[in-house]
Amino acid sequence: MNLHLTRRYRFAASHRLHSAQLSEEENRRVYGKCNNPYGHGHNYVVEVAVSGPVDRATGMIANLADLDAFVAREVIEPFDYKFLNQDVAAFGERVPTTENLCIEIFNRLREFPRARLERVRVEETGLNSFEYTGEPAGSCQ
Amino acid sequence: MVYLTRKIEFSASHLYHNPAFSAEENRRVFGKCNNPHGHGHNYVLEVTVAGDPDPATGMVLDLKELKEILQREVTDRMDHRFLNYEVPELSGKIPTCENIATVIWTLLKPEITRGHLHRVRLYETPDLFVDCYGEGPAGGNGAEASR
Repeated sequence: MNLHLTRRYRFAASHRLHSAQLSEEENRRVYGKCNNPYGHGHNYVVEVAVSGPVDRATGMIANLADLDAFVAREVIEPFDYKFLNQDVAAFGERVPTTENLCIEIFNRLREFPRARLERVRVEETGLNSFEYTGEPAGSCQ
Repeated sequence: MVYLTRKIEFSASHLYHNPAFSAEENRRVFGKCNNPHGHGHNYVLEVTVAGDPDPATGMVLDLKELKEILQREVTDRMDHRFLNYEVPELSGKIPTCENIATVIWTLLKPEITRGHLHRVRLYETPDLFVDCYGEGPAGGNGAEASR
């Protein structure tokens, strides 16, 4: 059976959308309110989907305790109640849009040892969300 | 191709316990889910059927028919039941969300004769769900027979 197990997690963080490659005026035009200099925050929701064979002894693709601990260590602890631009090294240069956040979270979780990572979906608000399923082998990201 | 989804809810209890494990191992692997008298959830089931609308009716399949299938195959079997002891299809299996979704897929697959069963999504809680696509290539969108 082809099964995907999905778990939802939450963290709260702030960010500012500002690109060093754009002028001040362009930044304001492109990012609007999201370019306000002191940043602003969201309650993010992260859906993590994994797949794999169901262990006959446990009935599980992966033990949720293992998945929860891995996501907590790789994503929740480094991101929760943080300013993404300054507290997460990956966003020193890269703009912390939710697109880039989604890719960063996927890359942090792809080495989960107990199952195959299928998809990361990030809700920035209840009205917008982003999904990433990884890049084909050999491409850079 | 159009994907039609119908949602139902059922409430049931279960516990996780493998008789081949020691008591200590059961507690370690299954945690709170190993509590001996079980516990319950309000399960939410989303069943997605894929197909082309019939030109005469504009429908992939009659929702009434799907509702009856879900009532008979899922609600009547599982609603307000203790899954470990009262659902023979789960006998000998740990009634995890993975195994329940697989049983539901297996029960529904032969019953859906208009269009084809694309996905069974079973929510154990709003923060935990399993998608079953049947026998497809691992990691892919298994319901697409051509893939």
